[in-house]
Amino acid sequence: MKRLVVGAHYGLRDWLAQRVTAVFIALYALAAAAVVIDNQPLTYAAWKGIFALGWMRVATLLFAVSLVWHAWVGVRDILMDYVKPDGLRFALQVGVLLVLASYLGWAVQILFR
Amino acid sequence: MASASAKKIRPKYLNLPALLFEIRLPVPGWVSILHRISGALLFLPFTAWALYLLDTSLRSERGFEAARGYLQLPLVKLGMLLFIWAFSHHLCAGVRYLFLDLDKGVDLRTARITSWIVIAAGLALTAVFGAKLW
Repeated sequence: MKRLVVGAHYGLRDWLAQRVTAVFIALYALAAAAVVIDNQPLTYAAWKGIFALGWMRVATLLFAVSLVWHAWVGVRDILMDYVKPDGLRFALQVGVLLVLASYLGWAVQILFR
Repeated sequence: MASASAKKIRPKYLNLPALLFEIRLPVPGWVSILHRISGALLFLPFTAWALYLLDTSLRSERGFEAARGYLQLPLVKLGMLLFIWAFSHHLCAGVRYLFLDLDKGVDLRTARITSWIVIAAGLALTAVFGAKLW
């Protein structure tokens, strides 16, 4: 089959990013669950202590970035499949990006205040 | 060819009874659409909710206790249960897709079995972590 090779990476970057971030999200979730289970019964001091650790803050920030990137690829896929009018799709995509950027800002505020 | 097509009434319209009773989504299809639905729910509202809970619980001792009390409300517990299911299903289905990407388990029989495993594992994880809420 002949195909016209134009454009850039045919979505490979997003496809790969979705999977790499997925693996990091899964590993972080398992680690976080283990840490919380390890600190039962959970007190405020222990909870605060977990997020005071430098590596935990960095890991959580990486987790937040991964989550936002992963969500962007996924939600954009959903919008591309179900929302056909260009204007509406564009407006929704902008809205999604604003929500995701707010999430990231909020997460940074919580972690580094 | 002609006889095969004569048996069925064509075109077939997608009305509600057809969608509900005649066209059945195969199990891998259920895993797929639930992966989308759970993903959309995790984007909104659950991430916002999780951030709100993290913010409140880390702000102060009083905030921590407030969040703990909030999580005891029946309606909140129900929402939390849906949150846990969405995350669990999305995680399990996602692991399955990673294996499919590596060409593992792509034959029909295995794909159906792993689909059932994903649905069951998502519900089992929901039961385990949901039980901790009560």
